[in-house]
Amino acid sequence: MNPAAAQKINIFIPRPNEAPPLDTAGPIGWIRQNLFNGKGNSLLTILALLFLLKTVPALLSWALFKATWVSGAACDATREGACWAFVVEKFRILMVGIYPSPHLWRPAVSFGLLATVVILTLFRLVSARTLAFLWFSLPLPLFWIINGGMGLAHVDQSLWGGLMLSMGLAVVGILFSLPLGILLALGRRSRMASVKALSIGIIELIRGVPLITILFMASVMLPLFLPKGVNINNLLRVQIGVILFSSAYIAEVIRGGLQAIPPGQMEAAVSTGLTHWQATRLVVLPQALRHVIPSIIGRCVALFKDTSLVIIVGLLDFLGMIKASTQDPEWLGYEAEAYVFCALVYWIICFSISRYGRSIEKNNAW
Amino acid sequence: MIHTDTGPQREKVAFWRVPAIRAILYQALAIGFLVVMALIIYKNTLANLAKRGIKTGFSFLTNEAGFAIGETGAMPLLQGKTLWLIAAVVLGGGVIFFLSRKMKKEGQELSDSTPLCLLAATLLIGLPGAVLWFFPGDIPTLHYSESSNYIAALATGLANTLKVSIVACVLSTILGLFVALARLSPNWLLSRLARWYVEINRNIPLLMQLFFWYFIVFQGLPSVRKSIELWGIISINNRGLFVPRPIFLAGGAPFVAAVVIALTAIWFYLRYVKRRQDSTGQQLPRMLPSLGCFIALPALSMACFGTPFSFDIPHLAGFNFKGGMTLTPEFVALVTGLTIYVSAFNAEIIRSGIESVSRGQREAAYALSFSKTESMKLIILPQSLRVIVPPMINEYLAVTKNSSLAVAIGYPDLVSVGGTILNQTGQAIEVIGIWMGVYLLLSRVISMGMNWYNAKIKLVER
Repeated sequence: MNPAAAQKINIFIPRPNEAPPLDTAGPIGWIRQNLFNGKGNSLLTILALLFLLKTVPALLSWALFKATWVSGAACDATREGACWAFVVEKFRILMVGIYPSPHLWRPAVSFGLLATVVILTLFRLVSARTLAFLWFSLPLPLFWIINGGMGLAHVDQSLWGGLMLSMGLAVVGILFSLPLGILLALGRRSRMASVKALSIGIIELIRGVPLITILFMASVMLPLFLPKGVNINNLLRVQIGVILFSSAYIAEVIRGGLQAIPPGQMEAAVSTGLTHWQATRLVVLPQALRHVIPSIIGRCVALFKDTSLVIIVGLLDFLGMIKASTQDPEWLGYEAEAYVFCALVYWIICFSISRYGRSIEKNNAW
Repeated sequence: MIHTDTGPQREKVAFWRVPAIRAILYQALAIGFLVVMALIIYKNTLANLAKRGIKTGFSFLTNEAGFAIGETGAMPLLQGKTLWLIAAVVLGGGVIFFLSRKMKKEGQELSDSTPLCLLAATLLIGLPGAVLWFFPGDIPTLHYSESSNYIAALATGLANTLKVSIVACVLSTILGLFVALARLSPNWLLSRLARWYVEINRNIPLLMQLFFWYFIVFQGLPSVRKSIELWGIISINNRGLFVPRPIFLAGGAPFVAAVVIALTAIWFYLRYVKRRQDSTGQQLPRMLPSLGCFIALPALSMACFGTPFSFDIPHLAGFNFKGGMTLTPEFVALVTGLTIYVSAFNAEIIRSGIESVSRGQREAAYALSFSKTESMKLIILPQSLRVIVPPMINEYLAVTKNSSLAVAIGYPDLVSVGGTILNQTGQAIEVIGIWMGVYLLLSRVISMGMNWYNAKIKLVER
């Protein structure tokens, strides 16, 4: 081939890519693909938008723009927005009930302690062993600070209430029901017939009846079982009921974890010379517990929601205080504000805990 | 050389180290501890009861209750016609049970044989129907009043518990299905809305939601005079929901019979269609013939015997509504709260069930040219039901137990009525025993149903 001919050959020079059509990429493309792909979907989107348009602005204007925030005199009767002054006014009894005001620092300190441990857990600042120790020793200082004694003035348990009580019942309930639940779960898998039957009986009895009946039992029946002269107050009785209730459910969760551990683990552990109990404690249980941490966190959420039932046996927890404060003759007619605040607080707490559980499940973090 | 070694000598083991003996020791300890505890509790309880002057035993149940219950219905009494009806049901069920046991021993299913299925339909539907039709008189009923005894009060409470649980289970399943479908929809906005519906409802305590519905929504409704009217037949106000009540006319009984016959016929037809598909692969239309049968037979009965029922529409008379059926605000609030709370959980169960069927199944169905609906109906749903049903039944159990929160808003369910009795008589142990017994029985029955269903749909592994 001579050079002149070679020069005639067209050399392919790529042109720059054209931008994709507007309706397949970028925000418009996204909207087309996710909201308006097809007639049915477009209709659904428009309906959903109409629904949002109807509700959200009205809700926002009620809750934020037209709301009254300042405390002091009651909001006027012709108001259009929410009266958050009500919540501000009642904030103290919603949080701690009628806990005497000179000692208000004590719930605050307890809350600080709890928050510290929660932060240590969230950010994994200390080892798992230390965390377990911190959590399980937490009830003691909390009880001492709230209840008094040993240098602090005594505050009667009938004065406890509000969110403090709800959280206390839930935290103590979960912490005590864990070891009980482990025992019940091990008992249910035991080869000893009577232990097994006993564990199954307890678990199925508690899981088969509503929490209310257990609370009634703790509150009304338990005093009948005690010998003369021994008295335990209503709060402690209810707490016992909550622990029993929770431990049956925890036991089933842990049994699920135990079943997930292959029997070879136990056999291998025993063949290295560990006793049965040592193998359970050092080899099987740690693995099983790691499996079920997300489910246990799910139980925490459920138990925290369930503590609202104690209002039926006469304790004034957070929900109880909300209900009581709407019946204050000086502040009548603010039910909506009270219940919206209540829902918000419960929702924030439960949603954060369940999100934390989900993140652990996703990242397999323990 | 003579071997004197007889192998390794077994070491003598202390008797408390022998596992078998150990197990017996532990169990003896556990049982002994339990017995001692029970004895102590028994003694304490007797002493405490004696101190408070409460007589133990269930004899108080026949005393006059003396308190009113807001929501009562007619309950069948165990006399005359009721007994005959129960006998008919037991007889039919018993015959079918033994027949199916016998068939199973021979390795067959009862539903394999058409004559036996016909026999079963006759025994289960025809026999009770015949008793209802031909036996003289009405079913004797009892309407709770203040002069009834505690047993009637507790039975009314139990009936109310069952009523509210069944209604809430059905409604929450339907609502949950819709929310799950919305959550799975390719429409981003809709699936986000559904997700927030679930997240909001799951994370707020049921009791708070009940308070919200009862104290804010239903007590905040307008008064009787200004009640909201829907289509002129339903009225809503702060005394409850007033809806029309059907009144049975002369054509009522033939109409009900026609519906039952139509349903039975449809069952047989569907069974035939399925067997035909199994053996030949041909698909016959299902929907149209079934619907036609379901409409034609009752319509025929209406043409022959006259209109089955008319409606008693509530109307304002004086200070309140007269006629129709009243759903109390407590009932409506409880059903609404339970339905919405549980529907969030149901939606998650249904969604995860449908998502648990692997993508390949759907793709394979499309590759075999199944349509979208067919692949859903024949491939995805049957597989996901296996995952959905067990937790769903657990949820129904939870609804039954959670309906006891009725006590907080004054709906007279079992716990609420029992609480009143407990306050009146002080018979704490007996009342709590009745509560626990009834709820345990209910959960046993529901979980037995679950196990039966699970065994039925379990994958047959080869």
